[in-house]
Amino acid sequence: MIMNEFEPKIVAFVCNWCTYAGADLTGTSRIKYAQNVKIIRFPCTGRIDFMLLLKAFGEGADGIIVSGCHPNDCHYTSGNFHARRRWIMFRGLLDLLGIDVRRIQYSWVSAAEGAKWADIVNTTVTAIRELGPYTDYAKVAGYLEKEAKV
Amino acid sequence: MSKIGVFICHCGENISATVDVVKVAEEAGKLEGVAFSTDYKYMCSDPGQTIIKQMIKEKGLTGVVVAACSPRMHEPTFRKACSEAGLNPYMCEMSNLREHCSWVHDKSDATTQKAIDLVRTLVEKVKYNKPLHNIKVPVTKTALVIGGGIAGIQASLDIANAGHQVVLIEKDPSIGGHMSQLSETFPTLDCSQCILTPRMVEVAQHPNITLLTYAELEKLEGFIGNFKATIRKKAKSIDEKLCTGCGLCTTKCPTKKIPSEFNTGLGFRPAIYVPFPQAVPNKPVIDKLNCQYYLKGKCKVCEKVCPTGAIRFDQEDELVEMEVGAVVAATGFNVMEPSGFPEYGYGKYKDVITGLQFERLASASGPTLGEIRRPSDGAIPKKIVFIACAGSRDPAKGIPYCSKICCMYTAKHAMLYQHKVHGGESYIFYMDIRAGGKNYEEFTRRAIVDDEVNYIRGRVSKVYEENGKLIVKGVDTLLNAKPVEIEADMVVLASAAVANPGSEELAQRMHISYDAYNFFSEAHPKLKPVETNTAGIFLAGACQAPKDIPETVSQASGAAAKVAILFSQNELSREPVVAVVNRSPAPLYSTCVGCFMCATACPYQAIGEELITDRKGNVIKRVAKVNPGLCQGCGTCVAFCRSKSIDIDGYSNEQMYSEVMALLNAE
Repeated sequence: MIMNEFEPKIVAFVCNWCTYAGADLTGTSRIKYAQNVKIIRFPCTGRIDFMLLLKAFGEGADGIIVSGCHPNDCHYTSGNFHARRRWIMFRGLLDLLGIDVRRIQYSWVSAAEGAKWADIVNTTVTAIRELGPYTDYAKVAGYLEKEAKV
Repeated sequence: MSKIGVFICHCGENISATVDVVKVAEEAGKLEGVAFSTDYKYMCSDPGQTIIKQMIKEKGLTGVVVAACSPRMHEPTFRKACSEAGLNPYMCEMSNLREHCSWVHDKSDATTQKAIDLVRTLVEKVKYNKPLHNIKVPVTKTALVIGGGIAGIQASLDIANAGHQVVLIEKDPSIGGHMSQLSETFPTLDCSQCILTPRMVEVAQHPNITLLTYAELEKLEGFIGNFKATIRKKAKSIDEKLCTGCGLCTTKCPTKKIPSEFNTGLGFRPAIYVPFPQAVPNKPVIDKLNCQYYLKGKCKVCEKVCPTGAIRFDQEDELVEMEVGAVVAATGFNVMEPSGFPEYGYGKYKDVITGLQFERLASASGPTLGEIRRPSDGAIPKKIVFIACAGSRDPAKGIPYCSKICCMYTAKHAMLYQHKVHGGESYIFYMDIRAGGKNYEEFTRRAIVDDEVNYIRGRVSKVYEENGKLIVKGVDTLLNAKPVEIEADMVVLASAAVANPGSEELAQRMHISYDAYNFFSEAHPKLKPVETNTAGIFLAGACQAPKDIPETVSQASGAAAKVAILFSQNELSREPVVAVVNRSPAPLYSTCVGCFMCATACPYQAIGEELITDRKGNVIKRVAKVNPGLCQGCGTCVAFCRSKSIDIDGYSNEQMYSEVMALLNAE
């Protein structure tokens, strides 16, 4: 590893039943992936309020992964459908606000897809590394804050 | 001020080989609010747990973070340890240093730094944890079994014999289901009725079973242990208490030519009827759609002849409400009408019949009293052709899945035919012979070797009539693949097993999930084959997928055992991870504005409304209210709430935001 290479900070918002378990399987299968991604456990992707994503960017995250059960496999029947619908709406809104939606990776990883999880982590890290640090978010947020005050 | 204890596990060398655990413990000790931190070789071992317990007592810890393996593995272990030391178990969180860190990264500073970040994240979360208490709900020890086929019968008997009350409902006038229609059963050739009818009688006589025939589920509300079921008892037009089942009405009824459902249209029944002589209960019902009195307003012959005056033309459907603690869905399957396959000529030629119709022909209680006779002229067929997979494994025109039972029953049919028609010739067109099951392969072998059934591997392209014969054109794909033409007297189609019509609506009524073919879905295909995703509702038999009798009975007993386990406790205890709507002092009462977006998102109908009233009873505010018995804790409502008035214990907004902030902010 080149020491001065940019190491992105990536937060993964995952559901307890599929992706968290899938990431556990990545571990038990000893598949290696980059250290940049750190997981926060939610009961369901349906629980993931997208304001949390903005908070993460605000706190300095360079990239975000949201991952849950495949459609129809939700432990709670339909939480992932709500999350998907929310993502579709939210993506357009973020884009409109000038937030770089390429920095959010939305995916499905089941409890049996340990290798897929490692793959998603590595491709996301590579992609975000290419995009560079997300310094623009502060500008967007600052602008929005100013607008809100006016 | 929080006093948090952090316990870092080496997991032998699983964690310590790649993560500098001593440094993690040291860094954790510096975090604000951490009163104690240490590392140990095996935190989950007895000495490891003892350290946690001792420190809780010694340091008066208010929260515990165990940084070890996945919480999916040992969270219950450590929560129990905390609870034993007097700390609320929900004040304990786990940081996953093994599956999510040491096993997926090589040894480096970055790996240790990630471990420190993960620990810090959970420390911040624990600061906002609050003591929670398991939710206790009472259990109504009565089970509702829906469907009176062999699955429902077995489940009812098992639950009743375990000492619990059972309400068995069946939509038809008699219990028995498809099994009562079968002639003999593979692989033993036991007479189906001989083994089934004693159980039907046992159901009717069992003191713990309430049998409601001609009844359907109208509505199901509530949750595990506390369901409220509404049953529609369809009007039978007789007073069951007065009726003795003498059968005089059925013999005198002038409308006699109604195709009998039990005999799959191969026989007739009157408008007031008992489906079959061994029916349980053996009391007739009036078929309102065919009865002269209901159609034209006059007749009433049955009323005149009834010796006990039991006929009630003015009877109406009755809705009965009952409290039940568990539900077993055992609604069975249906046989696909093969009319979608015009090449087989079903519906066009009388002597092309389905497998279920053949069962009735071969049955001693059937329309021909067990003689194999063609429906068209009653002649005994000298040559018979069976077509397997008539609809199954045919994604283009039928269903893509295998109906599972047809290979075996077709072999049985051919065998029965050979036993009953001496010198007859039988042919089976098949794709594969799927005879997985105890003694099944031996059974199909017996058909081929001992009974000389001709198995032809290939499909049939056309069936047509010529000179009173059914010409079956097909292909033999083995050896020198060649066309085959058979002049048959009768053709039997092994039509596919499909979900019952109405199973989709029923699943929605019960709030259970169903698959693309409308079969009910089990909670897990391997490890939870009898549970559904809705706690307290279990599955038995072919309503889940096509299956044969032994499998159905096993699953029914499995479902019954699950019900008995549920009923073995007076109260249910479950994790208190549920959503809560906030309450605040007057005049606000709650920040909830009553938009009920949460209720539309909830998959469990757990959100109702609460009216906040003043002392005089005037409604001041209408807010959402979560039923903790129904809530499963997904948190979808939390993300939906526009006014941030609903939150979920264990994954609250405070906890999640503090995790995000802690994760990204290394000191």
